[in-house]
Amino acid sequence: MTELTSQEQATLDAIAAATSLDALEEQRVAALGKKGWVSLALKTLGQMSPDERKEAAPAIQAVRAKVADALDARKAALEAEALEAQLASETIDLTLPAPDMPKGSIHPVSQVMDELAEIFADLGFAVATGPEIEDDWHNFTALNMDENHPARAMHDTFYFPDAAPDGGQMLLRTHTSPVQIRSMKDQGAPIRLIAPGRVYRSDSDATHTPMFHQVEGLVVDKGIHLGHLKWTLETFFKAFFEREDIVLRLRPSYFPFTEPSVEVDVGYSNEGDRRVVGGHGDDDGHDWMELGGSGMVNRRVLEMAGVDPDEFQGFAFGLGIDRIAMLKYGMNDLRAFFDGDPRWLAHYGFSPYDQPTLSAGVGARP
Amino acid sequence: MKFSITWLKDHLETEATLQEITDCLTSLGHEVEGVEDPAQKLAGFTVAKVLTAEKHPDADKLQVLSVDTGEGAPLQVVCGAPNARAGMKGVLGQPGAVVPSNGMELRKSAIRGVESNGMMCSVRELELGEDHDGIIELPEDAPVGHSFAEYHGSSPVIDVAITPNRPDCMGVYGIARDLAAAGLGTLKPIATPSFDASGSCPIEIRTDDPEGCPAFYGRVIKGVTNGASPDWLQQRLTSAGQRPISLLVDLTNYLMLAFGRPAHIYDLAKLSGAVVARRAKDGEQVLALNEKTYTLDESMVVIADEAQVHDIAGIMGGEDSGVQDDTTDVLLEIAYFDPPRIGVTGRKLGLASDARTRFERGVDPAFLQDGLDLLTGLIVELAGGKPSEAVQAGSPPSEAKAVSFDPAMTAKLGGVDVPADEQKRILESLDFSVDADWKVTCPLRRHDIEGPADLVEEVVRIHGLDKVESVALPRMDGVARPTATAQQALERKLRRAAAGSGLDEAVTWSFLPGDAADHFATGDQALWVLDNPISEDMKAMRPSLVPGLLLAAKRNADRGASGSRLFELGRRYFRGPDGMSDERPTLGVVLAGEKTPRGWASGKASSFDAFDAKAAAMTLLEAAGAPVGNLMVFGEAGEQFHPGQSATLRLGPKKVLARFGMLHPATLKAFDMNGPVAAVELFLDAIPAKKAGKGPVSFARPSFTPPALQAVTRDFAFLVPADLAAEDLLKSVRGSDKANITGARVFDIFTGEGVPEGKKSLAIEVTLQPHDKSFKDADLKAIADKGVAAAAKQGAELRG
Repeated sequence: MTELTSQEQATLDAIAAATSLDALEEQRVAALGKKGWVSLALKTLGQMSPDERKEAAPAIQAVRAKVADALDARKAALEAEALEAQLASETIDLTLPAPDMPKGSIHPVSQVMDELAEIFADLGFAVATGPEIEDDWHNFTALNMDENHPARAMHDTFYFPDAAPDGGQMLLRTHTSPVQIRSMKDQGAPIRLIAPGRVYRSDSDATHTPMFHQVEGLVVDKGIHLGHLKWTLETFFKAFFEREDIVLRLRPSYFPFTEPSVEVDVGYSNEGDRRVVGGHGDDDGHDWMELGGSGMVNRRVLEMAGVDPDEFQGFAFGLGIDRIAMLKYGMNDLRAFFDGDPRWLAHYGFSPYDQPTLSAGVGARP
Repeated sequence: MKFSITWLKDHLETEATLQEITDCLTSLGHEVEGVEDPAQKLAGFTVAKVLTAEKHPDADKLQVLSVDTGEGAPLQVVCGAPNARAGMKGVLGQPGAVVPSNGMELRKSAIRGVESNGMMCSVRELELGEDHDGIIELPEDAPVGHSFAEYHGSSPVIDVAITPNRPDCMGVYGIARDLAAAGLGTLKPIATPSFDASGSCPIEIRTDDPEGCPAFYGRVIKGVTNGASPDWLQQRLTSAGQRPISLLVDLTNYLMLAFGRPAHIYDLAKLSGAVVARRAKDGEQVLALNEKTYTLDESMVVIADEAQVHDIAGIMGGEDSGVQDDTTDVLLEIAYFDPPRIGVTGRKLGLASDARTRFERGVDPAFLQDGLDLLTGLIVELAGGKPSEAVQAGSPPSEAKAVSFDPAMTAKLGGVDVPADEQKRILESLDFSVDADWKVTCPLRRHDIEGPADLVEEVVRIHGLDKVESVALPRMDGVARPTATAQQALERKLRRAAAGSGLDEAVTWSFLPGDAADHFATGDQALWVLDNPISEDMKAMRPSLVPGLLLAAKRNADRGASGSRLFELGRRYFRGPDGMSDERPTLGVVLAGEKTPRGWASGKASSFDAFDAKAAAMTLLEAAGAPVGNLMVFGEAGEQFHPGQSATLRLGPKKVLARFGMLHPATLKAFDMNGPVAAVELFLDAIPAKKAGKGPVSFARPSFTPPALQAVTRDFAFLVPADLAAEDLLKSVRGSDKANITGARVFDIFTGEGVPEGKKSLAIEVTLQPHDKSFKDADLKAIADKGVAAAAKQGAELRG
């Protein structure tokens, strides 16, 4: 027994001192291997008498268990040390930049067009489109501007040398109003639609570009009057700017395609160098800003579009999309809209996930 | 149109403030574009008296004045004007005042060593006229120390935009009439100075073109004295932004600006024979008052005598017969011209004038004789002379338009209730007459009134548009229904998919420089090219979205951007079979510059390649709902693309859904860009529309349960002809057992050692999906054999 005890102590000391898995394995073989001293001691049990065995077996088994436990414990410790050392060697500098994931962006004009579609869908307006290269019949004549109408000259029209099929001239539409004509011809009345899109005027300075975006609105039904027009624009602007304090001012004006014609102003105030819509334009620190033209559709226009003006009447309006986008989102340079500069697009563009919805607010939150 | 408040008050009796007047103008539809108060510009300038004038000790042309300012001790002022002298009264600008003509603030200073405490001003320095020969001389009774602005009678000037339907308001009197109707005051009658006309007109006047010139009224005045206009007249014209020229010219301008009535005065001495309104002869020429010569055609009306044309009717007079300072005998012309013809003539000649603006919109047909008498009276009063009797050749339109009106129409169309008697009052205040049956007769000057809607506008305009209350549009029950068409929904989704894949959406011009458009023109169609482009860079409508994006990428590169990944969703412009345009919705992508910058991980920057373009094309086509599984990769992306690194994606041989790849070096050179640049174009009009069923939308998808058994993969390496398209091999393998082979993809391509010349090694991984029961070895062998056999038909042999 003393021999066993001293062997056990020697082995445990050696295990504790082992600094590698190989050294540990050596100790395992020396103790628990086939010819290890513990295994050999176990083999002596077979030659013992039952009484001797009864006394000796537990002692030997206890030694075996002790040695095995010590081996396991030391192995785990050594492995942990090794892993720690390995991990330590694998340390990387996480202040280094990760690969760039290009973000992508939606242009403000598209974003605002989506907002328009969303708001007006709630009011029952569909979205209509039409060609940008038009004939003068759809762009002018059908809108009550015959060839000699002085208002034609005010449109700064881009013309093509090409003749239209019916003999008129081809041109770039100067407004989205031809879509009114096309839609009424196609669908008749009643009708509610908006028609956003590109329009063109031969005009270029700090605040005008030869191409810009307009949205047309048209409602033709029975009993529609100026009060409905006012409500529709008010309701739209309240939803678009998400403010209840929008005040509109209607001013008499003149457009050949509407009668009566009204210009729409909105009250605003200046905050710093930025115009903020809201409030009454005559209040202190406020003023009026022109937003667009509108009016009751001229009966001649209804006639030309094939709608019976004695049965139906309605209103139409036109707003500058770029302009209301600038007012809402704070851009100050229209020319930058058409430049394709990624720095500008990253700043003023929108996340593809900012899909306008009524429940989240049609406006994209910063 | 500009006019001063003083001028307005010539015609309108009113106590209204400036603010009330401008507010009312706006509410009437005469948009106030600006108000300028000359008194503000003249702040700090006062009436002063020169007490003494001594020669400057050190300058021959300067004098040293002692000036009484009305308070305190006299000021010493150095002055260079030759007319400065003791005893005169003039206008003194004291230190702190700002000279209107140059914006300089006056300061106490020393001029050649002599102290000067201000400036005696000339007419030009105060922007009251052109005169700069000397300082202003005020009458004896001018009150010393008084504000000069007030003494001068400066009055705020209002600038209004008159809409083209209201030529009757292209004169101050018409505006006064509108204001009076709105309750802002009382319209004064027109004051025509009396005169005695005697003797018949010594020159024959007639119109030979009753269609173009229905009426030509005139008279001769002999013995007039032309010269400078009186102050009141100069002030009024100046407030309107007109330069006073001479009394006779100023009076015609006054008639036009005050009453919207253009007139013309001829120097009788320059006329020979009858003065006739007639059509021009083709090629006939006239030197107009703007000193330009115009060549006329026979659609144009002129006023001519026996020798030559003297007036492009209704637009501009001729230089040869215009009045001069020494003119003594004159012929006055007041005519009525057919409005559309004036417009056509003006556009043909490219000639704009105040007269044309009024004539083409329509002057008052009832104000010919009155206008002639008014002009005559003013000339006789101010320039003397003996007027002849008037001649009336032809007659202006005289049939007043009558509109049957229902006052209920105002509420029905205008959305505001206005009592019938108030409607009547409004209409009558604008010179409409209303009978018991509500037949409304329009004044002749109101060419814009066509029907009841126009009368509603008049009533609502005067009553106040602000009284129109908002009324909600009728609303459909329940939640709003979707409105987007399939195409709109597709575009919205595609746009967000493109942005979601890391592309920035650009909006570029629809027009391109001619050469850029030509470079991308396809087929035999002529481009749409503008007749009147704003610049050569915006001339031809784009036949592709790539060039516009390329130009943007080029601008970005020039600004130092490392790269651009841009897309645009817009139209390409083609010609339809009927001559109208054929505008096709398109998505363009340009990937230029660095894809990734040089970085710590990989070292070098990487640029875009054709597979980036392919990935974008496939991702976006899938987002657009195209059947991407059925697409075939073809060549023929177009000569703008690299011939070996570009392709089209087609459904069948003719239906091209997209093109993609690297741009041709020649394209990059044409756009002055450094490469490589990848581009994609999706032709949205070619994507087959999903069939919309009748009835409610079915949202349910085909039923599907993921297979319970695990799929297995097998690798094969084939030797194939070097020019075999990988897709052809894959397609054969996939097709060899469609039930069991659910995928096949290339994972290695190798040429070189061990691979014979003219061959390449393609290693593919085939995915096998068991269905009811797992594959046995024999099954797998049978499937593999079929695959290998199919591959063999493409010239592929299994590598040993």
